[in-house]
Amino acid sequence: MSDKPLLEWTPSRRQFLAATSVATAVSVLPSWTYAAQPDTVPLEQYLPEYLNATEWAFVVAATARLIPSDGDGPGAYEARVPVFIDRQLTTSYGLGADWYMQGPHMPSADPALGFQTPLNPKQIYRQGIAAINTWCEETHGKPFDQLELVQQDEVLTGVQQGSINLGAQLRDFFTVLLGNTKEGYFADPKYGGNHNMLAWSYIGFPGARASFKEWAGQHNVPYPLGPVSISGERA
Amino acid sequence: MARQDPKKDVVIVGLGWTGAVLGMEMAEEGLEVLALERGEDRDTVPDFKYPNIADELKYGIRYDLMQKPSSSTLTIRRTESETALPYRQLGSFLPGDGVGGAGSHWNGHTWRPQPEELRLRSYTIERFGKQTIPDDMLLQDYPVSYDELEPYFDRFERMSGISGQAGNLNGKTIPGGNPFEGWRSADYCMPPLQQTYDATLFADAAKAMGYHPFPRPGAIASESYVNEYGMQLGPCSFCGFCERYGCYNYSKGSPHVCILDALKRKPNFSYKTKAEVLRVELAEDKKTATGVTYFDHRTGEEVFQPADLVILCAYQLHNVHLMLVSGIGQPYDPATGEGVTGRGYAYQMSGGVQMFFKDKEFNPFVGTGSNGMVIDDFGINQIDFAREGFIGGSYISSGVANGQPIRSMPLPAGTPAWGKGWKEGIGQWYGHAMSIGSHGSCMSYKNCYLDLDPTYKDAFGRPMLRMTFNWNENDIRMTQFMRGKMEEIATHLKPDLMQSGFKKEGAMYDVRPYQTTHNVGGTAMGEDPKTSVLNRYLQAHDVHNVFAMGAGAFPQNIQYNPTGLLGGLAYWAAHAIRTDYLRQPRNLA
Repeated sequence: MSDKPLLEWTPSRRQFLAATSVATAVSVLPSWTYAAQPDTVPLEQYLPEYLNATEWAFVVAATARLIPSDGDGPGAYEARVPVFIDRQLTTSYGLGADWYMQGPHMPSADPALGFQTPLNPKQIYRQGIAAINTWCEETHGKPFDQLELVQQDEVLTGVQQGSINLGAQLRDFFTVLLGNTKEGYFADPKYGGNHNMLAWSYIGFPGARASFKEWAGQHNVPYPLGPVSISGERA
Repeated sequence: MARQDPKKDVVIVGLGWTGAVLGMEMAEEGLEVLALERGEDRDTVPDFKYPNIADELKYGIRYDLMQKPSSSTLTIRRTESETALPYRQLGSFLPGDGVGGAGSHWNGHTWRPQPEELRLRSYTIERFGKQTIPDDMLLQDYPVSYDELEPYFDRFERMSGISGQAGNLNGKTIPGGNPFEGWRSADYCMPPLQQTYDATLFADAAKAMGYHPFPRPGAIASESYVNEYGMQLGPCSFCGFCERYGCYNYSKGSPHVCILDALKRKPNFSYKTKAEVLRVELAEDKKTATGVTYFDHRTGEEVFQPADLVILCAYQLHNVHLMLVSGIGQPYDPATGEGVTGRGYAYQMSGGVQMFFKDKEFNPFVGTGSNGMVIDDFGINQIDFAREGFIGGSYISSGVANGQPIRSMPLPAGTPAWGKGWKEGIGQWYGHAMSIGSHGSCMSYKNCYLDLDPTYKDAFGRPMLRMTFNWNENDIRMTQFMRGKMEEIATHLKPDLMQSGFKKEGAMYDVRPYQTTHNVGGTAMGEDPKTSVLNRYLQAHDVHNVFAMGAGAFPQNIQYNPTGLLGGLAYWAAHAIRTDYLRQPRNLA
């Protein structure tokens, strides 16, 4: 994972314009920008709670391709999406606790009939990553995280489109991974991702402000304030 | 051996909108009323308080307030040749549970049906001829008229706190309202909400094209309001966390905000949570119910709750299931066309046009659940069924409800789903998109129904409910008609990019993407016991002390969101019980 570029994220032009034109002090004063959260060790030093070292390396590498760091806006890496995914897998979500998981299962059914695998997200990650790494070893002689970035994109595309077939029970692997990646990018920072609300700041979503009565009638005017989180962080 | 509790006058199954309405009406009559709710107790504080409620992952994505398929679900197939499979994860529709039901996490859109919709079979035959009705369509009249229901629509709207603008006051057209609506005896109890930019752009374009835009009526308070029960609402903050969330601001008309605190103060009303009704118990002659058996999740035992009157107020799917497993009404058999319980399941047909504007700022996080402007120029009573080749109609609207980025991130077609292109896309287009949506009717058909699954059972050993549903040509023609009209309006707005999403010929029902929680039918109301489960007072034809509320009573779906109609029907049925049934219990029809 250390070969990933750790680019400094810079505010987009839109954010910059907003901050220099109509923004209030709240969005421009650095004193409102919290330092790194106390529990946020650098990603390289993070000790996963569910994923093993191989799986962690895969998730860090794969999410960095799904939301790369180059260009405007934070990547999954800067947003700490891998932390989000690892923590989610330790919750009831990882167990599929809210879902009907009793058999008989027909994982090969028409996809339009919905999620039909017997596997919960923990199992989907464990088995899916193993299957992809096996494919990468057999094809390229290396696990996914050690491939060239172009090769990683090709593998992810192959899994997404089904040309790399993980089998019916893992059919939803890519959908789950991509969905969790976007969740980790945009969810409240309390879940471990969207670090410092970087993703919210990038697109201009004000997070948990959730009070805009005076804004309903202000048409075609950019909203000036930066986001707040549920715990009261501001950016 | 089941525990038996002391008898009650009335037992209510499910404490959402209709359970709360019937609970209040029966309690006001002085009866001993017990409501059984299988979910958790819920109230504004602590369940919906700020800032915890502004959590898209927990509520918008993981569905914290919804019914969990692990505890209750159904199986679904599109055709009889398919094997129905469990609805394992929530997707297409999101049944609520807990006190308040879906009424706590809805958007608040509250409509009355058009008068023509309540007599759609007769209207179609009179205006366009019987040959207009396809052979496989179960087109029926509702057994109650708009004029009869008008006072009850009005009462539900005043109770639940609707903001809106009348378009037809006692037959007089009022500028700014919906000129195609049925008559209203009075205006809405609150003026319309302020409109966001997208809604005003849509309304201006529609007006310029000769249409008749009006504000969307909704259970979102535009100002301070006190209803008939002394319950208070405050003006909405446009927080952008409405559908899938409880309201932190006492602004969204919901059972707990509008009824339950007043109802809980009545000494003759009580309710139990974690009390899951398994079946209605019938007397030996099957002509009356003796009460219900429920599973008490707190004590882990089955309980028989005797009652003189059983009122089913669970969600439509669960009411149908309870009737099927309790033996109320003959189950529908699609092979013979005989039987009524489960017959005529219908859904809702919708579509949308998405537009992107580089230079417009929509601030999509500023919104209410019922934000928006609407035209009804292509509603059911404005369509020539014979000329257009379909029976039905849609209302067309625009108005953003939320800008939550995980689930509300429209991007131009061709934008990659991931990678650099996706990241550039979200940076470029978030806040620069608006949409026009259609919300339309869905008829009932011989091959769309609910029955009991032959394979899958629930935790109590009951067969699961099985849904057989697919999109039908008639409704696809309807939505394609709307597409043409909506693309014209969208083009008028001169977007940089636009794209459409409408069901096309041959479209198969897909349970994965959220569509709408407007599941209707299966316990149709009607005059003929051969084609309906309930009579005009929502009373079971076969078991006179069982009444069933909710959208299961719709013989086919209306073009509007169902809550206004099912709310009006609840007060209508309650009135019949109070003024007639209790005096002399019998079949009222």
